[in-house]
Amino acid sequence: MKPAPFDYLRPRTLAEACAALKTADGGAKLIAGGQSLGPMLNLRLVQPRLLVDISGLEALHAFSETADALHLGAGLTAANIEDQRIDTRAVPLLQRVAAGIAYRAVRNRGTVGGSLTHADPAADWVNLMPALGARYELAGPAGSRTVAAADFMTAAFETLLAEDEVLSTIIVPKPAPGTRLGHAKIARKTGKFAMAIAVVVAEPDGGTCRALIGATHGRPILVEDAGARFGLGTGRLDEPGLAGLLADAGITTPAARHLHLTALRRAAAEAFPQAIPS
Amino acid sequence: MARRAAAEIGASGVGASVLRKEDERFLQGRGQYVADVRLPGMREVAFVRSPVAHARLRGIHVPDALRACVFTAADLAGVEPIRAATALPGFKHSAEPILAVDKVRYVGEIVAMCLARTRAEAEDMVAQVTLDYEELPAVTDMIAACAPGAPLVHEAWGDNVFITFSEDGDIGRVAQDAAIRVTREIRTARHCMFPMEGRGVVAHVDARLDVLTLVSATQMPHVVQHGLAECLGIPSGQVRVISPDVGGGFGYKGLLLREEVALAWLTRHVGHPVRWLEDCREHLVANANCREHAYTITGYADAEGRLLGLDCIAHVDAGAYSVYPTSSALEAAQVASLLPGPYDLPVYRCRSHAVATNKCPILPYRGVARTGVCLAMETVMDAIAAEAGLEPYEVRLRNLVGPERMPFDNVLKKHFDSGDYPECLRRAVAAIDVPGVRARQRQGEADGRHIGVGIAIFCEQGAHGTSVLASWGRPVVPGYEQATLRLTSDGDLEIRVGTHSHGQGHETTFAQIAHEILGLPLERIKVLQGDTLLVPFSTGTWGSRSIVMGGGAVAEAARALAARAAKIGAWLLQADPAAVRVADGAVQGGEASVSLRDVARAWYLQPQQLPPGVDTGGLEVTAGYRAGRDSGTFSYAAHAALVAVDPGTGLVEILDYVVVEDGGVLVNPMIVDGQITGGTAQGIGTGLFEAMPFDAQGQPLASTLLDYILPGAADVPDIRILHMETPSPYTAFGVKGIGEGGAVAPPAAICSAVNDALRPLGVELNQVPLTPDLILDAILSASRP
Repeated sequence: MKPAPFDYLRPRTLAEACAALKTADGGAKLIAGGQSLGPMLNLRLVQPRLLVDISGLEALHAFSETADALHLGAGLTAANIEDQRIDTRAVPLLQRVAAGIAYRAVRNRGTVGGSLTHADPAADWVNLMPALGARYELAGPAGSRTVAAADFMTAAFETLLAEDEVLSTIIVPKPAPGTRLGHAKIARKTGKFAMAIAVVVAEPDGGTCRALIGATHGRPILVEDAGARFGLGTGRLDEPGLAGLLADAGITTPAARHLHLTALRRAAAEAFPQAIPS
Repeated sequence: MARRAAAEIGASGVGASVLRKEDERFLQGRGQYVADVRLPGMREVAFVRSPVAHARLRGIHVPDALRACVFTAADLAGVEPIRAATALPGFKHSAEPILAVDKVRYVGEIVAMCLARTRAEAEDMVAQVTLDYEELPAVTDMIAACAPGAPLVHEAWGDNVFITFSEDGDIGRVAQDAAIRVTREIRTARHCMFPMEGRGVVAHVDARLDVLTLVSATQMPHVVQHGLAECLGIPSGQVRVISPDVGGGFGYKGLLLREEVALAWLTRHVGHPVRWLEDCREHLVANANCREHAYTITGYADAEGRLLGLDCIAHVDAGAYSVYPTSSALEAAQVASLLPGPYDLPVYRCRSHAVATNKCPILPYRGVARTGVCLAMETVMDAIAAEAGLEPYEVRLRNLVGPERMPFDNVLKKHFDSGDYPECLRRAVAAIDVPGVRARQRQGEADGRHIGVGIAIFCEQGAHGTSVLASWGRPVVPGYEQATLRLTSDGDLEIRVGTHSHGQGHETTFAQIAHEILGLPLERIKVLQGDTLLVPFSTGTWGSRSIVMGGGAVAEAARALAARAAKIGAWLLQADPAAVRVADGAVQGGEASVSLRDVARAWYLQPQQLPPGVDTGGLEVTAGYRAGRDSGTFSYAAHAALVAVDPGTGLVEILDYVVVEDGGVLVNPMIVDGQITGGTAQGIGTGLFEAMPFDAQGQPLASTLLDYILPGAADVPDIRILHMETPSPYTAFGVKGIGEGGAVAPPAAICSAVNDALRPLGVELNQVPLTPDLILDAILSASRP
């Protein structure tokens, strides 16, 4: 289990990284923490001609807080957030989700941006950011563009990222005061990828009640009006309706459906502690 | 008891929980494993492995540029295949070629080896070698493999059955009158052993000693030496096998690997050192499968739950080849002979088939067949309890053999040496608090989970010797175990043993045994092992035999050495030789004493001080040992598990786990606790996590640790271990083997507990691992109208 031969480049700037990607014309792979790519290289599942190592780019480790959002450099690690080396308390779920990713050794190196661009359907950040209404800044040779997290992942292991672009910043809006959050992750055991993830974001006073159903076969299912459509917060989930939604995403076995409903029920129970359990 | 008194005052002999001597180097990262061996000019090997489960091999295409670095079966002409035959009548032989010839029979079978400066470059070569093959239908299920018309793994056999073992009790006699009759289908998944360290081999030729040296992570250096010499057609004296520090064996390192033979041939051919280190994928896919059994089992009992008879058809998926030296017959033989367990069973019938399939050979993993057997038997006991309307433990108590009947010969004439099985079970019931669990179950859990309690009891036959193993017709049968003890010129002690410690702590426990007799402090005792050039021949460490056999040999040799030292010491003391004794590292006669250091000095350096008629063998003794009866020691344990099952997720949490173990007299209780804890963790893996599934074409589906799930720290609870210590009447100090037991009962105890938890939902599961999918499917099916 050793990688096939590859060239290695450690650019000093984002622009240099983008230029290298462009020149390689699809033959390059970005590496940051290497927690997904490393094993894939060793198993020779990917055999890039060039590895562009962006772990040393200062710009990707930046962090700032504005009045309405957190700006996280894509190269920040789960451990950075878990340990609160950056203060992400304004979005409380960030630390909790970070601390629940894989094992500490993985969290020490694995980056938020790496996980989002790898786009494993069962990964943790992939199944959180769209629920939080996050946006991503993508740096390319011709400048930056911003896309919604909900649009970024297009399918399992597929994103909108162009071959010569680098995900540079994750912008996470601060929830409105009084917003209640619920999160549930079901995994076979500590450290394993999720079998089901659910996130519920309930704004106060009848505002948006958004639900995310994650760890599907592809991109997560995002429901903007989950309160009205599926009875979240009422204590009576519309199970047939949700089953239809899951079936549309290819989740049809009773056990898998049951797991996703359990996760959603538990996330909803956290966001609406006073609701009568269904 | 003198032993206990000694332990209490902090002595270090038999019974003392002294810290392990070897741990200093392990904890400081100074262990020496195969991968730490670096030799000048050493090159790395990567293997070309079969991508398909069953195919006729028509050709191997090696690019011209690589011809000098790639080796196939054609190059290895004259090297004999590995043949692990048994002498049992009806056994069908398989010959496992070192590199595949004509046919490949499982995914991962080695076809060619590539030699390069680095492993990565060797793997680059592997990618350039192509195989020309005609794929054949694969047979991947052991039951289907027995059906007429199934594809044949070995065409010449005419079917796929290595051998069938039969016990023929007259079950019809009890079936008619039995008030209770229960039948269950039970399966244990094929899984992997996964020691911390995989296999690894460094081979080189030592011109000075004129030996081929194989440094290999193995439990049995001499067996590898003998098997290797046979395959290569050279005298075994020209083969030296060194097993350095080894990071766990569990049976996986108790066989002759094709890779060992291949590298031995290669270093002789190319003339420089070569190395292969198994990687995780090779381990999972191609080399270390185990445990796959299927049972159809019927128990008969009277209305009070007393066993009347047991009737079983069992299949063991042995994979494609018979492994050396245990053979493909071992596991099926054990199923047939161990199924009755510690119960007083009057009538027993069993057919146990060892079946060949297109999967890698099954290997004897810690506990060997006992894990499946315990699950099968205890499932039957639970079913009988349900029919009789009794607590499962109550049914067991009614059927266990009591202490008043020890030693006891069971229905198969297995000779149980000693023990109080009912008391062991009662202590487990009390420790897990079955009545308390029942009360809690009536209340229900606030979090909506279902809790359940399960108990399993089993016996572990260890250190079985010549009479048992010879009857199975194995190619390598253990006999007397030997140890060589030598006082050095400054009176320290060297112990040489042929057993091998790969986690068991023999460097400590064997020293404790010598200390018990000679009284030398542990820091002046060195245990040497793992080198065929240095230690007496042994079949190695397996079958919970080392403390009984190796420890027994150390005791014998220590007593003989003490006698020789006493004679010299008596002369130095001017005392009557009959009036002196060896204790505290000295020869003592009344008030006077002379240290073993002075005795050694006299023998080695000042022989003018020696008595007339001194034993000219000096202060080095090799002594052999065999237990008073070689039918084995029977340690035993009851495991009790309290679990919570989440009906929303199918996940099982172990809330409490108790082991009540009787391992006879314990040489080092701390090490025993470590063995039990480690084994239990592995058993939890078998019960809840570990499975190596295959698709219909014979492709293994868990080739990395992403898919192959091992229990982690969060999955193994604090295991509460309680001890009983019933000495074996047949062994030195009354010790029994306990190396495997921890891994035997957890699947049975956990499965029983999960079924207890899910009984209100009408669910019963009889297979392991109990995955969330399996549990959820069962719950959802049961709740569907």
